[in-house]
Amino acid sequence: MSDYTSKFDFSNNAAANNILKEIKASLSNIGRLVSFMEVCGTHTMAISKSGLRRMFPDKLKLLSGPGCPVCVTSAGDIDNIISLSSQRDTIITTFGDMLKVRGSEKSLEECRIDGADVRVVYSPMDSLKIAKDNPSKRIVFLGVGFETTTPTIAATVLEAKKSKIDNFLVYPLFKLVPPALELILTNPELKIDGFILPGHVSTIIGESPYKFVAKKHKIPGVITGFEPLDILYCVKLLLSQIEKNEPKIQNEYGRSVQPKGNEIAIKITDTVFEPEDAKWRAIGMIPKSGLGFREEFQHFDAKKHFKIKDVDLPEPKGCICGEVLIGKAIPPQCKVFGKRCTPSTPVGPCMVSSEGTCAAWYYYS
Amino acid sequence: MCLAVPGKITKIFNENAEVDFGGVIRETSLTLVPSAKKGDYVLVHAGFAIQMLSERDAMETLKLFKEMESK
Repeated sequence: MSDYTSKFDFSNNAAANNILKEIKASLSNIGRLVSFMEVCGTHTMAISKSGLRRMFPDKLKLLSGPGCPVCVTSAGDIDNIISLSSQRDTIITTFGDMLKVRGSEKSLEECRIDGADVRVVYSPMDSLKIAKDNPSKRIVFLGVGFETTTPTIAATVLEAKKSKIDNFLVYPLFKLVPPALELILTNPELKIDGFILPGHVSTIIGESPYKFVAKKHKIPGVITGFEPLDILYCVKLLLSQIEKNEPKIQNEYGRSVQPKGNEIAIKITDTVFEPEDAKWRAIGMIPKSGLGFREEFQHFDAKKHFKIKDVDLPEPKGCICGEVLIGKAIPPQCKVFGKRCTPSTPVGPCMVSSEGTCAAWYYYS
Repeated sequence: MCLAVPGKITKIFNENAEVDFGGVIRETSLTLVPSAKKGDYVLVHAGFAIQMLSERDAMETLKLFKEMESK
């Protein structure tokens, strides 16, 4: 247990029971089914692990959105990366979550077993060190992540430029959360009454990028921490906004999220990257929902370096990850869930990642 | 993927710090929070401190939950 965790203990059973009572009273006042969505894999796991879903009355539905960046990486990109891993003098470096995701035929982990040089790193800076130590090889770092991760990769690119390390490349797979919220809110088949907004993405971007949720769509949102009590309290705040018919963006996670976020991190990201259209696995293209390299940093772009073209691949047979990713279906509705598709034999991306919705349901629900 | 872990800065050197995660010490970049000092709590993601954790705000949340005990 870290010093911080022992100093600030956010577990409190008596408070949890009282918040739950208030939640039940609010739901009874509202008198209809209410659906909230979280869009962060860490929330998906926290909700499943804590058993919160089972504590709530039937009138409250907690749905998981596209909150796992690994899960929404397109199968075509995985195939491209797999083909890069077989190139001579090329080292692939990645966060561990990407290893097991399958393309059309295999995963990076299987490539590694077959002899490809694929290395798991804790930080993009570790990848830069590998580049420095292996000047005769090209190092391709898989740039996967939401707004929480992109500043760390942008800072690494700036360091590579400053240190004149020219064998470090990044395969850009970045995704942005607000455009995904817009997609969900404009889907006529989905009816979301409020968002449990991601605590660590918001630590970087702050409160204002979500304003359109309340202003344009009249849907409440609460930036939320990751303790069970944070999530319970967030649900109470969302219900209270619905009762008062006053949709707004509230910040429950003030101990980490400043209203303007981390302005230095935002500036570093903006220096290196700019928004571009991005393909989300099983969802499709979402305008300006990804990040690409700015003109002066294009020589770090692995896709440009290797002249890689986008490929469209069908999703695995029987898998409904596309519907699970936008909260249109829950994992038990999938015919292969828990049968052909398990964490050790994943069929779709939501079962692969440790923060995928199907993995969370498989382990805890 | 967006998992971030709180730790305490025990030493600063150049743009990096040693951060203590309950006995496990890791080198962490302070590029994104250059004003962090020894003794500060920081939230760490992928080897970078991404924010300083406000003790005052943490205490306020604890107080709020404490108040909910007696409702």
